[in-house]
Amino acid sequence: MAQKYDDEHDDRHEHGSELSEMQLRVRALETVLAAKGYIDPSALDAIVEAYETKVGPHIGRRIVAKAWSDAAFKRALIADASKAVLAFGLVDRVGDHLIAVENTPARHNMVVCTLCSCYPWEVLGLPPVWYKSAPYRSRAVNDPRGVLKDFGFTLPADTEIRVWDSTAETRFIVVPMRPQATEGWSEDKLSGLVTRDSMIGTGLPKQPSEVA
Amino acid sequence: MDGIHDMGGMHGFGKVEPEKNEPVFHAPWEGHVLALQRAMTYAGGYNIDQMRAAIEALPPDVYLSSSYYKRWALQIENLVAKLGLADADEIKAGYGRHPGKALPRKLTVAEVANSLTRGSFFRPAPTPARFKPGDRVRAKNIHPATHTRLPRYARGRIGVVEALRGCHVFPDTSSLGQGDHPRWLYTVLFDGRELWGDSADPTLKISIEAFEPYLEPA
Repeated sequence: MAQKYDDEHDDRHEHGSELSEMQLRVRALETVLAAKGYIDPSALDAIVEAYETKVGPHIGRRIVAKAWSDAAFKRALIADASKAVLAFGLVDRVGDHLIAVENTPARHNMVVCTLCSCYPWEVLGLPPVWYKSAPYRSRAVNDPRGVLKDFGFTLPADTEIRVWDSTAETRFIVVPMRPQATEGWSEDKLSGLVTRDSMIGTGLPKQPSEVA
Repeated sequence: MDGIHDMGGMHGFGKVEPEKNEPVFHAPWEGHVLALQRAMTYAGGYNIDQMRAAIEALPPDVYLSSSYYKRWALQIENLVAKLGLADADEIKAGYGRHPGKALPRKLTVAEVANSLTRGSFFRPAPTPARFKPGDRVRAKNIHPATHTRLPRYARGRIGVVEALRGCHVFPDTSSLGQGDHPRWLYTVLFDGRELWGDSADPTLKISIEAFEPYLEPA
């Protein structure tokens, strides 16, 4: 789904008339790189389409729902997430360096990339703007509870908070705790409780009452 | 490089403001910048470490006042000029005046689906791993002017090796176009108070992914 230009939105992140300037600037860059023979413009359109329609948090939601339902899969996932998601047929292909970390009553995990924007694209899609923003990148490592408050939730005072700074090519997905009162739910139904932010560690899964 | 990109622990940037129902891209040009980046790295024009180094080399005021994908656009412009893949005047004019260099490959529509899978950064290990899980290590107090993935907040601090992640491409040399120089990668865990002092949240633990040259025994 192509997005229309949105001046109002862009003004919040950028400045003045930069929007049309950027449109022209990127078009010029693309024209030169295509003329040089480095890129095929039709391949660019296919990449944009893939990120808009195929790759996204729905993949991660299925992984978490399976981990909630299948103890053998969860063990394999925590041991080697790249191998497990392939072996259990949750993805056709995945890179080598996916790591799944599990929330427990004693420990809450949260993922950040303080240096740039490293994020598990293959299972969550492209990162949201806030994940790449200075407020998140600066505060996640020294005030993660404050960050969680910005997202509207408070972690119990005695829960350990573990922050994973993605400073290399390893990529982290959080397996949140399965909500209570979901016994007997199918994987498909469970996946509806899993939010993107719960797989980054800045949110919790939905409660059954929120999807009833 | 001790640049503005190394933001962990800085104050003053304000609250995190999630956007409700955020679109994948906020304008079509953003998608095109992302796709250009993917196509150029796929082609072998430059690697991901050269890309990151070129973003970090943007002047701090430009870095902070540019949106994420604008940073990428500026980085592509700067990097292709630096590597001699296109002249700055060609980019400014939006017109290719000279033939391009030969690159290893070109991303076609048929290859796009495959190109979405991340490449592997594992490489054969030149030496056995120096550290093992449980070892106490200190992140070295180093300040290279070039690209590194050791964040400032961890430098000089003592942590514990939690996991060995295999032997990976070393960004510090890869970013300079000097080759992979594979090095062991570790997850190193720090106590919040070790990094931020006695007033830190006592329940806070932070890990970084640290390459072996960043670490010394402690």
